[in-house]
Amino acid sequence: MDLSTNYLGLKLKSPIIPSAGPLSEKISNIREMEDAGAGAVVLYSLFEEQIEHEQIELDYHTSVHAESYAEATSYFPEPFEFKTGPDEYLEHIRKAKEAVNIPIIASLNGKSLGGWTEYAKLIEKAGADALELNIYLLPTDVERSGNFIEQMYIDILKAVRSSVKIPIAVKMHPFFTSTSYMANQFAKAGANGLVLFNRFYQPDINLEKLEVEPNVLLSTPIEMRLPLRWIAILYGKVQADLAATSGVYTAEDVIKLTMAGAKATQMLAALLKFGIGHIADVLSGVKTWMEEHEYESLSMMRGSMSYMNVDNPSKFERANYMKVLHSYK
Amino acid sequence: MDRKKVTIDGNEAAAYVAYNTNEVIAIYPITPSSNMAEWCDAWSAVGKKNIWGIVPQVTEMQSEGGASGAVHGALQSGALTTTFTASQGLLLMIPNMYKIAGELTPTVFHVSARSIAAQALSIFGDHSDVMAVRQTGFALLSSGSVQEVMDFALIAQAATLESRIPFLHFFDGFRTSHEVMKIEQLTVEDMKTMIDDKLVIEHRKRALSPDHPFIRGTAQNPDVYFQGRETVNPFYAACPAIVQKQMDKFAKLTGRQYHLFDYVGAPDAERVIILMGSGTQAVEETVEYLVAKGEKIGAIKVRLYRPFSIDHFINALPKTTKSIAVLDRTKEPGSAGEPLYQDVINAISEKYMNGELGFAYPRIVGGRYGLSSKEFTPAMIKAVFDNLASDKPKNHFTVGIIDDVTNSSLDFDPNFSVEAPETFRGKFYGLGADGTVGANKNSIKIIGEGTDYYAQGYFVYDSKKSGSVTVSHLRFGPKPIKSTYLINKANFIACHQQVFLEKMDMLEDAIEGATFLLNTKVPKEQVWDSLPEKVQEDLINKKMKLYVIDAYKVAQETGMGVRINTIMQTCFFAISNIFPKEQAIGLIKDSIKKTYGAKGDKIVQMNFDAVDKTLDNLFEVNVPNKITSKAQLQPPVTPNAPDFVKEVLGKIIAGKGDLIPVSKMPVDGTYPSASARWEKRNIALEVPVWDPETCIQCNKCVMVCPHATIRAKVYDEKYLEGAPETFKSTKFKAKDYGEGLLYTIQVAVEDCTGCGLCVDVCPAKNKKETKLKAINMAEQLPLREKERANWDFFLNIPDLDRRKVAVSKVKDSQFLEPLFEFSGACAGCGETPYVKLVSQLFGDRAIIANATGCSSIYGGNLPTTPWSVNKEGRGPAWSNSLFEDNAEFGLGFRLAINKHQQQATDLLKKYSNEIGDELANAILSADQKDEAGIYEQRERVELLKKKVNELINAGANGKASELNHLLSVADYLVKKSVWIIGGDGWAYDIGYGGLDHVIATGANVNLLVLDTEVYSNTGGQSSKATPRGAVAKFAAAGKPAGKKDLGLMAMTYGNVYVARVAMGANDQHTLRAFLEAEAYEGPSLIIAYSHCIAHGINMSTAMNNQKAAVDSGYWPLYRYNPELAKEGKNPFKLDSKGLKIPLKDYAYMETRYKMLTKSHPDLAAKLIQEAQEDVIKRWKEYERLASWDPQKETVQ
Repeated sequence: MDLSTNYLGLKLKSPIIPSAGPLSEKISNIREMEDAGAGAVVLYSLFEEQIEHEQIELDYHTSVHAESYAEATSYFPEPFEFKTGPDEYLEHIRKAKEAVNIPIIASLNGKSLGGWTEYAKLIEKAGADALELNIYLLPTDVERSGNFIEQMYIDILKAVRSSVKIPIAVKMHPFFTSTSYMANQFAKAGANGLVLFNRFYQPDINLEKLEVEPNVLLSTPIEMRLPLRWIAILYGKVQADLAATSGVYTAEDVIKLTMAGAKATQMLAALLKFGIGHIADVLSGVKTWMEEHEYESLSMMRGSMSYMNVDNPSKFERANYMKVLHSYK
Repeated sequence: MDRKKVTIDGNEAAAYVAYNTNEVIAIYPITPSSNMAEWCDAWSAVGKKNIWGIVPQVTEMQSEGGASGAVHGALQSGALTTTFTASQGLLLMIPNMYKIAGELTPTVFHVSARSIAAQALSIFGDHSDVMAVRQTGFALLSSGSVQEVMDFALIAQAATLESRIPFLHFFDGFRTSHEVMKIEQLTVEDMKTMIDDKLVIEHRKRALSPDHPFIRGTAQNPDVYFQGRETVNPFYAACPAIVQKQMDKFAKLTGRQYHLFDYVGAPDAERVIILMGSGTQAVEETVEYLVAKGEKIGAIKVRLYRPFSIDHFINALPKTTKSIAVLDRTKEPGSAGEPLYQDVINAISEKYMNGELGFAYPRIVGGRYGLSSKEFTPAMIKAVFDNLASDKPKNHFTVGIIDDVTNSSLDFDPNFSVEAPETFRGKFYGLGADGTVGANKNSIKIIGEGTDYYAQGYFVYDSKKSGSVTVSHLRFGPKPIKSTYLINKANFIACHQQVFLEKMDMLEDAIEGATFLLNTKVPKEQVWDSLPEKVQEDLINKKMKLYVIDAYKVAQETGMGVRINTIMQTCFFAISNIFPKEQAIGLIKDSIKKTYGAKGDKIVQMNFDAVDKTLDNLFEVNVPNKITSKAQLQPPVTPNAPDFVKEVLGKIIAGKGDLIPVSKMPVDGTYPSASARWEKRNIALEVPVWDPETCIQCNKCVMVCPHATIRAKVYDEKYLEGAPETFKSTKFKAKDYGEGLLYTIQVAVEDCTGCGLCVDVCPAKNKKETKLKAINMAEQLPLREKERANWDFFLNIPDLDRRKVAVSKVKDSQFLEPLFEFSGACAGCGETPYVKLVSQLFGDRAIIANATGCSSIYGGNLPTTPWSVNKEGRGPAWSNSLFEDNAEFGLGFRLAINKHQQQATDLLKKYSNEIGDELANAILSADQKDEAGIYEQRERVELLKKKVNELINAGANGKASELNHLLSVADYLVKKSVWIIGGDGWAYDIGYGGLDHVIATGANVNLLVLDTEVYSNTGGQSSKATPRGAVAKFAAAGKPAGKKDLGLMAMTYGNVYVARVAMGANDQHTLRAFLEAEAYEGPSLIIAYSHCIAHGINMSTAMNNQKAAVDSGYWPLYRYNPELAKEGKNPFKLDSKGLKIPLKDYAYMETRYKMLTKSHPDLAAKLIQEAQEDVIKRWKEYERLASWDPQKETVQ
């Protein structure tokens, strides 16, 4: 039974990849992921804001009160070498690479063109096998057009592409006017893969405190439908590998997504909920299903249920919505 | 040999040699020596090795007494050992210094000499401390410049090893310890050459060792002690020659030749000044200037003061000397003259008597100068020479002050100057927070290390901790700089904050043709009209050049926030043309990399961007020839201030304190309370504004305000009559004090520091716009005039009657008038809300002993005092004794009060008949447990005093003496509240022994520990209150040990009330604890979590840190009340719910913890884990204590 896949030019022993999240902060967890059968690991994200914020914060707090008062010309010991910026993250990549044999995919999260693209180089140098680029840009400016925003995405990708040789996957969100167009543009700008989709954490309102509170909700199985549709639509149309993320819980999900065209399926919520060992359970389920249904390999089924290969592609389109509504009558 | 040139201060220069030539270093922080210890600790933490390849062991002790004990022990065990100290710290070392000297033990103590607390404490420099140890047997070697500090540190180390006499190497606090100078750095080879390893090994061989045992430190009797004391004479006799030998050896090595007494001046000088320390530099500069003009004068720079070599001294004096002025930087009241003067008289007299003088006995006068870093300028030095030239030179004179009481002072011409015209002299006025000093230190380094120029930087700081103004004095040029005084003839002046122009006569010191650089938000076209009249006048009359920049704009655009330092530095280089433009920018950027590189690329890039953007925004403005402004300097205090405040304190505020004559100064250090209210500092850019519609009238904002600038009143509507138009009030929601009352929250916008704590704690939100609360920050300037009137009106509305206020509720307690207001504490200070609460609850009957530290500085540093008085003229009586003795000092208050009470009670009983039994009994049996009881007792005591006065006036039948005594102690029949306040450095470390003893006495005193978990006042050094895993100075790699549980230790006595509080977590609990502590008729200890700038936190939201500390279980809230035990109940109540969040969720809100994760990630992970285990363990222990039920306990 061949569960292997080829994603971003990397040969993976299985299609399951733990997606960027807190589990990969510990090297022991990454080892456990490998043992459970993960094909690769996407590390937790290195955030542009975090790097810069951390530096600014440390500089501010260690210097703002200095040289104000004769008895205390400073309040913290000097000299001090801070490992700010990406140092810690880069060290983590190195440690992860030493700890496991599966590919390590770093995740870089940012929102602007700037120094942070330089971190991609450092990530490559630290030994990451690939880079997942998570562009997190919420267009709140009412004066900026969609075209402008989309161009920013492309520019950021191009800047990173030009600075590294390792494969790059772009983690897309589903809110572009044309997901298909953007997917294609990313591929043309040098993305080796597209990860569908990024989930923006949605804020909540605390009624007692009258405060906005970011509320982390794990994805639910139903959310898998969105990447399922778009992977099916994009399969074969863009020159980039497709990976699914959001709501991937079960063996069936993995099979469905692979049939839609995914080369990899990323999981996080399920692992947080059921533990890292869940990877093994899912893989076992996939195997059993494949045995029962006489599939020899994943590549055999990949794309078989995609837009281009199903008998009625319109089911992936708007008409589908009409029928779904109809079914409630 | 080509040695490296470095631009460093005196402390670093001393520490450099001390670290390299010692193995053990015992330290304790005290200004201005702390930096020496900090350098050594930091070097040791990164594994820097000394000249023998050893990383010295640096150990912080609990006091200077402890440090000297550890030094003594390490010396006796054969280690090369040193320490650093000053002032009171040196006094605490005296006992060990006798021992170390008596045992002929080589060591060097490095002392940045500082005043000793007498009528007042002073952190600044003079020789009072070193003169107080001249009798210990230590050799005293004096440095006068930063170069000499480095050189003499090494010469002292070499000489002590050879002579076996311990050395005290000293230099002037601040003037030398903090002056940044370009010097030649000694190399490791230099140090190895100077230090003879043979002598090091001999030192080791003399060590105590069980392998070749002996005893040292015997007790001796009348038969032999005396002889034993005389055994050391040969060593002292040999010492001067050894020092000179080492100086000669040093000269061969470096080319710098020193002598025990260095003479400078005309070979045929007739008038000679003798002095030591940094003043020698200014004297040399002046002598050179005057000799060039033909004056026959000279000076002797005393290097080795003890042992005093008469021969070397006499040989140094020109044979032509006719008159001598000996200058002492100390005061010895009641003496025949100050120490150096007496030594000189003694030396010359001895030689004269022996017929060995070689010239006619000169006229010798002595004088005092420079106490507490008082300026010592060429003008003053010339006055000393002029005095010598007069027919009858004044003896025992003073110079630098106006003594109109005993007329000791010499007149001098303040315009006399000897500054070399080719020397650049710049003054830079900045705010502490804007980074001006840091940038100027960098500028001096850039110039010093990038050119052949000599360079000097000296920095003057404010005594306020919020809104503090700094003045940087920078000199550089082709000639050596010996000007050890502030710049008063400047050719460059920079004003980094335009608001200063309203308060300071900034261009007063500018010379003709000088340049003025101004940071202003005003567009360049309108700048001229925005300047005050005096500034315009100076710019025109002095033909000055004016440059402007909007540094705020550049800072904003480049993400620098309030830090305009790099921008102003770039302007300075651009205008001063020291380097070509491109080179200057390159050098600034190199310096930025060095300074900020360790903090990350983003910070470096932000500063680079700021440099690049600066030049486009820097403009020269043509100075018109016409004055257009009418704006005058603001008076330093409000016009209605009392005379003393205007004439003395006001002058200090205006920077004219040097001109206050002796006659205006209180003779015994006594100052009036309530003077802070006259100093309207206007330092906040934004201030809170009250929204009565949204307000829920909880008074939490009033409770947390560190500066008592937000007040609440409840009052009858009739008091609104005549209210200013913008005065706000609303209906008081509660009915506790009657129907139809009004409520107002008023802000003293001119006193507010703009910290924003009030806004953060406000729980009420505007229903339409939730970003608004019931109190919101708004720009101060547009509000200033109106709110000034509102504040004045508000103050005249009567306070609630204290007898009716339900003090046990937070809201109600905040209607009590604070008697601690507008202190100079940091914006958002975590200590002062507690101090203010004491003043509100008990201030009118409180007597306060305050340990030295932050609270004694913001509480008692001139010019003004925040300790205030109420309308009846009552208020806290406050005093600071020392750092180490505060608990004992406060206990003394209680002992005296009790004695007075006892005397009053006895006399009242004795004269009960005459006074009236009813009144006497009522006084003697009064219940004073609440405000009403105290009020009534006060009324009775007033009646008593009236009656006693009547009795005395009526003749008293021979009882007048006792009745007068009764009158003098009658007020003690009213309850007094003794408070002993200090920080954790006092309570946990240096004063712990006293604190422990005081609580053990059972006396009725209240100890309030403002626990910031570091020595905040001296810059954040670790104390035993510092938690595990937090970074502090002296714990650069995170404190490895856990915090001492002071509360638990105190509880073991059983009769001590103990509470641990955190206002930000539970203000009601804090209030309850304070009330219970005061009510308890025995010792009470309150340990109060006090957030601090030394934690590296956002001060405006710091109450959240307190809450997180409690929620994590790190800071459990509890009360241990022995009264409950008397009732058969468990005295311990755990008042918080802990372990709600992991420790790291609290700890990593704070830079002190977080920075370790960036410097030592693995260690940080280990320590936070251990600290978490500490928390859980302690929490369980407290839960166990709280669960004890005495009723179920059976005695076996």
